[in-house]
Amino acid sequence: MTDHRHDAGRDISDVHALSGAYAVDALDDLERARFEAHLKACADCRDEVAELQETAALLGLDDQTPAPPSVRDAVLSGIDSVRPLPPRVPRHAGRAARSLVSRGLLIAASVAAVLMVAGALLLDPFGGDDGGRPSATERVLAADDATRVQSELPSGATATVVLSRSEGRAVILTDDMDPAPNGHVYELWLQTPGGDMVPAGLMPDRSDTVMLLDGDASQATAVGITVEPEGGSPQPTSDPIALFALDS
Amino acid sequence: MSGERPAADGERDTGSPSATPPDLVDLLKRSARGDRAAFAALYDATSPRMYGLVVRVVRDRAQADEVAQEVYLEVWRQAGRFDPTRGSALAWMMTIGHRKAVDRVRSAEASGRRDSSYLHRNQPVSHDETADTVLSKLDARRVRAALTQLTGVQREAIELAYFGGYTHTEVAALLDLPLGTAKTRIRDGLIRLRDTIGVGQ
Repeated sequence: MTDHRHDAGRDISDVHALSGAYAVDALDDLERARFEAHLKACADCRDEVAELQETAALLGLDDQTPAPPSVRDAVLSGIDSVRPLPPRVPRHAGRAARSLVSRGLLIAASVAAVLMVAGALLLDPFGGDDGGRPSATERVLAADDATRVQSELPSGATATVVLSRSEGRAVILTDDMDPAPNGHVYELWLQTPGGDMVPAGLMPDRSDTVMLLDGDASQATAVGITVEPEGGSPQPTSDPIALFALDS
Repeated sequence: MSGERPAADGERDTGSPSATPPDLVDLLKRSARGDRAAFAALYDATSPRMYGLVVRVVRDRAQADEVAQEVYLEVWRQAGRFDPTRGSALAWMMTIGHRKAVDRVRSAEASGRRDSSYLHRNQPVSHDETADTVLSKLDARRVRAALTQLTGVQREAIELAYFGGYTHTEVAALLDLPLGTAKTRIRDGLIRLRDTIGVGQ
């Protein structure tokens, strides 16, 4: 826990202090979403959380209780219908190898990948050193009226939308999201009270992301994610793979 | 995290007379490949600890059974995502289990079913020694000794959070702490425990 330059003069400074409460699941849903957004950008906190979770796991040492045989039976028959997730593999490597043949294209792709990473760093909601003014993402996550909606993705991973009506914006957090199919992107949508889907941006090609949605979310009734052809679409061309209903 | 860990994945003698304890990392890896026998061995090696924790948090046995079942299905699903460089297999599993147990008591609370008498009850501590435990009595003693190094408030705050499933804000109210300070007590206490026990060193 050393690099706290981005703390200066902000409420965000408090966020590091949540590592212990996070490790023992003592955050409410919204705090958890906020802290997980912070974790994506703070390697120090990730390390600390890992150690504190390791420590917390020792707390129940005296509480050993044999589970009823019925639980064992249910577990061992239950796994038949659950597919183990694939291990995490480097994404760009896999995609480049699949989709690009010529060496020139590969080089172009790696340059693009570097630019994307650089862009991602610049857009990093907590890591940026912009003189201490909270970004729009931070303002949404820290807003008093922020609410949080989770939805499961087809892969079983969970994505979270945090909405602040007063800020009029929404932020999506993903963890472990599968890459979009080749030649496709994930596009975000804000649903209007009239039921129209308004484009809200293309998701970066990363499994873990914190992204501010484009557009005014103050009246939105839902956030959706669809799979669209590269470059995105003005209107959804398929059913959403995830839909987050927002309370009005 | 690297190096020696107290909750080492069975690299160490548990003190049980029977056999070498199973290597949980290996069992998890094989589970990720769909090896049901490995998963059954993983279940047998860890379920007394897991079920003990879930029962302590959830209390209601019928619900604890459901939660324990969900936890192991999740462990099976996620086995391939376990990263041994980030921590021990047991802690990874217990983290999944604790999260599910706490989520269950909170949703039960939301639907009005929660038993709120935690503070008025003396938690009976079960010293069940039957199962193939993956942790030695030595470890349990070290943890108990480390707990005595905490301040009373740190220990209470951690226990209310970890076993009671209360949020840090609720813990602050339960302990009459100024708003926003329970999270600091919890963190300070865990850091002291970590350093006393030597986690991650």
